Amino acid sequence: MLRIEGLTAEIDGKAILRGIDLEVPSGELHAIMGPNGSGKSTLSYVLSGREGYEITGGSVTFNGVDLLAMEPEERAAAGVFLAFQYPVELPGVGNANFLRTALNAQRRHRGENEVDAMQFLKLARARMKELSMPEDMLKRGVNVGFSGGEKKRNEVLQMALLSPKLAILDETDSGLDIDALKIVSEGVNALRSPAFSALIITHYQRLLDYIVPDRVHVLMAGRIVKSGGPELALALEASGYASVAA
Amino acid sequence: MNAIVNNNAAGLLGRADALATPAWAAETRAAGIAALRAHGLPTRRAEAFRYTDLAQVAQASFGENSPMGARGLGMPSLPLTRGAARLVFVDGVLRGDLSSLPPRPLSDAQALLGGLTSLPTQPIAAMNAALFEDGLFLDVPEGEDAGLVELVCVVTGARGAIGFHPRHVLRLGRRAKLTLLDTSDGAAGLAYLHNPVFEISLDEGAELAHVRIQREGRAAFHLSSVHCAIAAGATYDNFTLNAGGRLARNEIHAALNGPKAMCHMNGAQLVGDGQHADTTTVLHHAAPDCGSRQTYKTVLTGKSRGVFQGKILVSKPAQRTDGYQMNQALLLSEEAEMDSKPQLEIYADDVKCSHGATVGALDPAQLFYLRSRGIPQQAARSMLVEAFLTEATEGVGDEACRAALSEAVTAWWAQERA
Ligand SMILES: Nc1ncnc2c1ncn2[C@@H]1O[C@H](COP(=O)(O)OP(=O)(O)OP(=O)(O)O)[C@@H](O)[C@H]1O
Ligand SMILES: [Mg+2]
Repeated sequence: MLRIEGLTAEIDGKAILRGIDLEVPSGELHAIMGPNGSGKSTLSYVLSGREGYEITGGSVTFNGVDLLAMEPEERAAAGVFLAFQYPVELPGVGNANFLRTALNAQRRHRGENEVDAMQFLKLARARMKELSMPEDMLKRGVNVGFSGGEKKRNEVLQMALLSPKLAILDETDSGLDIDALKIVSEGVNALRSPAFSALIITHYQRLLDYIVPDRVHVLMAGRIVKSGGPELALALEASGYASVAA
Repeated sequence: MNAIVNNNAAGLLGRADALATPAWAAETRAAGIAALRAHGLPTRRAEAFRYTDLAQVAQASFGENSPMGARGLGMPSLPLTRGAARLVFVDGVLRGDLSSLPPRPLSDAQALLGGLTSLPTQPIAAMNAALFEDGLFLDVPEGEDAGLVELVCVVTGARGAIGFHPRHVLRLGRRAKLTLLDTSDGAAGLAYLHNPVFEISLDEGAELAHVRIQREGRAAFHLSSVHCAIAAGATYDNFTLNAGGRLARNEIHAALNGPKAMCHMNGAQLVGDGQHADTTTVLHHAAPDCGSRQTYKTVLTGKSRGVFQGKILVSKPAQRTDGYQMNQALLLSEEAEMDSKPQLEIYADDVKCSHGATVGALDPAQLFYLRSRGIPQQAARSMLVEAFLTEATEGVGDEACRAALSEAVTAWWAQERA
């Protein structure tokens, strides 16, 4: 599904990603852990096509096509979804309008029928119920005045509605209470299928109790320095990153 | 009378001299001519016109049948709102056959003419006074709800690049209500001038919602001036969408003259390549316990210029004034320019008055967020521009007006994107 080879990227001449090799096969969930500032969010932005990063080397293919050559919206339509570490507020853009526009843009891009307002409402309500989100969040401006946890849930709602092939969750667990953590994890687990993969960026082993990853990678100073099974996360929790770096 | 050397309004004055003036209009006309003679049209040396040069208007000549390169405008599809009373001007002429409102002659408004303007310092109103011939007169009796009235002004080009200077007079009696939807349209490529002046008096408790949609042809001049006196407990609610014209200036002069009066002035300026749009508001809080709200949004593309000047004057008796003014501009191109001049002059001591101004580009983080969800770049930009304008447009209460506004915004944006 996703193959990253020798990826290097810089911001304003400063090297942030310094040779990333990573492969996520179809159907697998991989966790990425690593200290603050190691480049986790940078990797997720580079994969989803944000401007401002100079790709200086390497390649990324997604189901065999060159991901880096695509516009952000093309990547989304191809099935890449990023749950932002810091979801963006859009005052004046209604959440329902935003979600439906996004869903229909992707459907149109794939040559599928658009969903009308009624169909959409039905879909959205069902997903929101699963995520225990109050319905009035559809009427509000996108993320405007949402609490930290509500913003994260809104990211997961978008993921559930857009049903991506590759989800990149950038610290979606940060700021969630224990109940929300369970609900969000269920949301991710519900998407598990042979055609779905995920990159789960987290600082906390706790999340991985709910979403059990196939692999765990440690990113430090722009490189994957260690990979292993779920037990690696436990080891990190016990002894910190210093033990890995050594 | 001596010819005045260097008076840049000579062309306009020549036209004024040639007009036949009935007795009821004589005083106003004479005052307008006197003001133009004395001051001409302002150059940018005049403080109130620092950002907007009327020299182009002084140099142009109107009233000639020379629609060179003009694309004639067919009659627009008029049934904007079913059942609404309507007054229609086509190429400067009141068209009874297209109107559904029995027009009262402007001569009936003689006692109200010129009462709210101050011509020596208001050249746009002076130009109108010197050249006006006709206009809408609406007198809504005490307690009556006159519903929605549409004032439609269309310049098709059939009579060439005309100078059109209508004088509209509105009076609302005590607790009377009216919604006025006032639209200006015109042929593309035709350098005509539309110079409407509104004189509005609102008696105690009256409510006027005044929605203006200015989408003149791109070569036209639109110079408008609204003068409004608001009595105790009355509300004037103005929304101006400015989208057309090569050079547009919309002035609003409003005075809150009695306690607990209210004034809303909101608007959006959509300014495309080659356009210049200026909103100038002068708000006088003259009585206690009044409120005012102003929210103006300007979107600029291409090589264009936007201006907002907003003065709030709070006189000594106007205690417990609650005033708010916000003016924001969105620059969608590097060649666009915005000038803002808020001005507060406060002589009362118990006053809440705030103002703010922002100028910025689209937020790349917001744009990326939308695109990362699969929304194409252009659509994402549209959504953000629309969101930017929403804060100003959402206050428009009348549904028909809101629909007309959103249609005008969509049309402008579609043209800009093309
Ligand atoms: N716009 C920028 N300009 C300069 N440096 C930047 C910019 N954005 C990120 N960086 C730097 O890149 C490095 C990696 O940042 P990144 O956000 O990817 O870290 P992270 O691993 O996600 O950290 P965290 O766990 O705190 O979220 C940091 O040193 C950061 O300061
Ligand atoms: Mg991060």
